[in-house]
Amino acid sequence: MGNIKKMRKKMRPVDRVKDILAYIGIYSILIVVSISILYPVIWIVGSSFNPGSSLASATSIPKNPTLNNFIRLFEETDYKRWYLNTLSVATVNMIVSVLLVGTMGYVFARLKFAGKKFGLLTILILQMFPSFMGMIAIYVFFLNFGLLNQPLALVIIYSAGQIPYNTWLIKGYLKNVSTSLDEAAQIDGATKLQIYTKIVLPIMFPILTFVAITQFMAPWFDYILPSFLISSTEKKTLAVGLYELINSQTNTNFTMFAAGSVLVAGPVAILYLFLQKFLISGLSAGANKE
Amino acid sequence: MGKKKTKKWWQKLIGERMTSSGWLSFFVFGLGQLKNKQKGKAAFFFAFQFVYILAEIVSSSLVMGSIPGQPDYWGYGFFRKSLHGFITLGETTGGRFRDNSPVMMIEGIIAIFLLLILVVIWTMNIKDANESYLSYQRTGQIQSSKDFYKEVFETSFAYVVSAPALILMLFVSILPIIFSFLTAFTNWDAYHNPPADLIDWVGFDNFTKIIELPGWRTTFLGVAGWTVTWAVVATFTTFFGGLLLAVVINNKRVVFKKVWRTILILPWAIPSMVSLLVFKNFLNQTYGPLNRMLGMDIPWLNDPTVAKITLVVINFWLGVPYFMMLMTGVLTSFDKTIYEAAKVDGASARQSFWKITFPILLSQVKPLLIMSFASNFNNFGVVFFLTGGGPRNIAYEYANYTDILITWIYNMTKDFKMYNMASVMSILIFLLIGGISTWNFLRSDAFKEDI
Repeated sequence: MGNIKKMRKKMRPVDRVKDILAYIGIYSILIVVSISILYPVIWIVGSSFNPGSSLASATSIPKNPTLNNFIRLFEETDYKRWYLNTLSVATVNMIVSVLLVGTMGYVFARLKFAGKKFGLLTILILQMFPSFMGMIAIYVFFLNFGLLNQPLALVIIYSAGQIPYNTWLIKGYLKNVSTSLDEAAQIDGATKLQIYTKIVLPIMFPILTFVAITQFMAPWFDYILPSFLISSTEKKTLAVGLYELINSQTNTNFTMFAAGSVLVAGPVAILYLFLQKFLISGLSAGANKE
Repeated sequence: MGKKKTKKWWQKLIGERMTSSGWLSFFVFGLGQLKNKQKGKAAFFFAFQFVYILAEIVSSSLVMGSIPGQPDYWGYGFFRKSLHGFITLGETTGGRFRDNSPVMMIEGIIAIFLLLILVVIWTMNIKDANESYLSYQRTGQIQSSKDFYKEVFETSFAYVVSAPALILMLFVSILPIIFSFLTAFTNWDAYHNPPADLIDWVGFDNFTKIIELPGWRTTFLGVAGWTVTWAVVATFTTFFGGLLLAVVINNKRVVFKKVWRTILILPWAIPSMVSLLVFKNFLNQTYGPLNRMLGMDIPWLNDPTVAKITLVVINFWLGVPYFMMLMTGVLTSFDKTIYEAAKVDGASARQSFWKITFPILLSQVKPLLIMSFASNFNNFGVVFFLTGGGPRNIAYEYANYTDILITWIYNMTKDFKMYNMASVMSILIFLLIGGISTWNFLRSDAFKEDI
């Protein structure tokens, strides 16, 4: 800071004007952007405490704040049930995914076997498909196996659908770790299973944590899959429930929707802000495929 | 240095040449191995043929018995019945013996897949018989079956541990995608509703429909054109917006950097589905707070052109933070000495940004930019939650003004049961996105080092 002040004193008048203009430019950008980010956020939080129920009456700063919307949310809708459904899907999905993907990543990163090249190219191509591309077939499968309208059936699709992407992610992560430990263990006569559990698994811990978080988060805001595969109200997940709350033609549910949104988006946003560095490095690693 | 013969393709498959053992294994799995005095290995290969034939017999009417009056093909074994069903897609409707075409298609795909596996094992079996025979002739030694099993166990670890994931992928990703591809060549639409009706193969009819029928042609050109425009504009706005904010926030003049940064990445932290549904109401023409605050009546989401601009702007709101954080990471990892050198040479700040920083930045984020283009191309959420494809366009088939290809497919699948046309669009998307991503990937270091 002191440095800048000193520099400013030395400046010629022209540079001084430029410097002031730069200040104005930078801060006006920051202020405009911040307002456009914060205004909708404040508005929706304010709306959730609004005494009225319609969109027209919702204001950013309610005059008589009330918790009524939150109470109505639990009494008049199946919000709690949606929440629990989603929580169980998310938890099981997280566990299944980590188990499946950990071994896949290890196998494709460290082992040599016939068909590896073919396998890698296959999963590379597979991850380019949006998951509902094969939805009709999945629908027919599930219909025949009696899995339709089962929240846990979603787990199968979530975890299987992300295998290709996550395998590449872990493979890329392991590539940057030296194989000397594995080799030493192999010379000492360790089996592949021992090498995996004792050596590679601890190394993979950070990237597996990333996989766990993203797989846990996925079901909370996925709308397409459950809208296809779940039909009864008490088995819905949160995303479908929230969407239908707001999309029903009556204009009377708005503040209740606001309450529901704040209740689920709040914790998520806080979590993301805390884990931002960790999540961003994981995301860019995945995009780089390196 | 002797002349090294290049192997012909069939030599890779079945070994150097066909031998008497090879011919035995050609007809009966493992018989050649038996002749080579490798009993254990013979049993291993024979087991496959045995299981397949057993499955075929057990599932046929020979074992299952038949119901009076059932069509002949209902009594076939699993493989023959599935292949027959796959080709015909069903022959009878209604009553006790009605055929369900989609199920027959899936069974057919599974049968073909299983048979392909059998063919692979069959060739391995022939190759092994030939090679063991030739190596015995040359060296007089036979690999014992015990050694063989040991070798199989050593090499199969990778397959065993990845089997659960592979099987899951097979049923949830691969088979459905093949099924979806095949659907594009059928007449499975709103007017053919299985199991009440049968579906038939129609060849490339659905593809020619898009070219020949004016309604489909207009829709396709309109929607595809908007999808490409959308993907390009959405990617570039978020990229340059993110770059600008990264440069601004890293400027030495900014105080309380942490506070500003937290505000700026807020849209990334909020689940996008919630943000989009909130914006849908925020921009409501009559009751939304934005129009009320401005005291105006702007049709943010209700006018074709305005709605498209709104989509881009909201996508900007959602997508900029991610790029901003990415660019910040890249910018801080730069080698500072290069700027010192530029300064000595008399470069201005602006020059050193556009001549040094920007080109390096671009080369680093290029793969990300291409991936971002691909994901914007299929950005279902922004369109579906904000406009739902609207406002209405009566000239389009099953689509509206702001629909992109992926939401069009969703509408056709979920609401209108136009499965065949939806599948045609899926194929087109796949060719485009798959082509771009593969090209992108083939150029990357990851590919060169890994494969």
